[in-house]
Amino acid sequence: MKQKTFLISGFIASLFLAGVVSFYASSNPDGLEKVAGDIGFIETAKENTNSDGVLADYGVKGVENERLSVGAAGVIGVVATGAISTGLFFLIRRKPGGAK
Amino acid sequence: MHIPDGFIDLPTSGAFALAAAAGVAISIRGAKSSLDEKTAPLAGLTATFIFAVQMLNFPVAAGTSGHLLGAALAAVLIGPFAATLAITIVLILQALLFADGGLSALGLSIFNMSIIAVWFGYGIFLLVKKIMPKKKVSIGIAAAIAALLSVPAAAAGFVLQYAIGANATFSVSAVLAAMIGTHLLIGIGEALITFFAVGAVLASRSDLVYGYKNQVSQLEIRANK
Repeated sequence: MKQKTFLISGFIASLFLAGVVSFYASSNPDGLEKVAGDIGFIETAKENTNSDGVLADYGVKGVENERLSVGAAGVIGVVATGAISTGLFFLIRRKPGGAK
Repeated sequence: MHIPDGFIDLPTSGAFALAAAAGVAISIRGAKSSLDEKTAPLAGLTATFIFAVQMLNFPVAAGTSGHLLGAALAAVLIGPFAATLAITIVLILQALLFADGGLSALGLSIFNMSIIAVWFGYGIFLLVKKIMPKKKVSIGIAAAIAALLSVPAAAAGFVLQYAIGANATFSVSAVLAAMIGTHLLIGIGEALITFFAVGAVLASRSDLVYGYKNQVSQLEIRANK
């Protein structure tokens, strides 16, 4: 497989997972939350300082349709992670032909 | 295992943030030699894929869910230094954009997931790879075992932080037992996803897999170009 094909397939798969499949994710508390609740230290948790954010808790604020809201948040996250991480990895990579 | 604000006191959070920052700085230097025109986009894709799969909580025991951490997966695909950076980017974006994990606890989470889970997972991967036959499928199995153990390792990191600076007073041994037990279960899901993801990349572009090409001779890598 060509590198380009490989990268594009991986990106499309990520978009699909975050944009479509994410709707079906379990909404049970995760391991840490569950343990914190069972033992009792969940009481010490503070409200997240970004909890009023437009994308807080993987939903787009104001979008009523749950499927659309989580899907759009996922797509935005995938695009943001892809752009920022690829950009940063290119910045720190070994420059071709250049001295280290 | 994204830690919310308030579980751990601020001095402890600050100390772990410093340790995490040091680890990230070392990783930026270390990743330079493994990242080039060809592997930098793969590293970006790895971070992107991990972000996506972290949204997919799967049910584990009664009333609990877990999702991929991706530390062992990233370490095997792009090497441990780049993996530390990939997971760190994902954690920062999750906290800033999605309010997933507290900002004051970000250093704690980065320390557990980007540093402990990545390096512990990579160590296990190398150990298992060493004792397995030199076959492609061994890479997937070694990655899966590394993934399984990397999750409770990150959970142990949290227990350490809890022991040092919890704002609550519940016994550390109770937290330890519950955290390790739950995260071993989540580790099984982690192992399965890692096995299939590493397998998919090995099947399509094994030359891109950091943990695989290191055992293939340099000459063969040149020939593949």
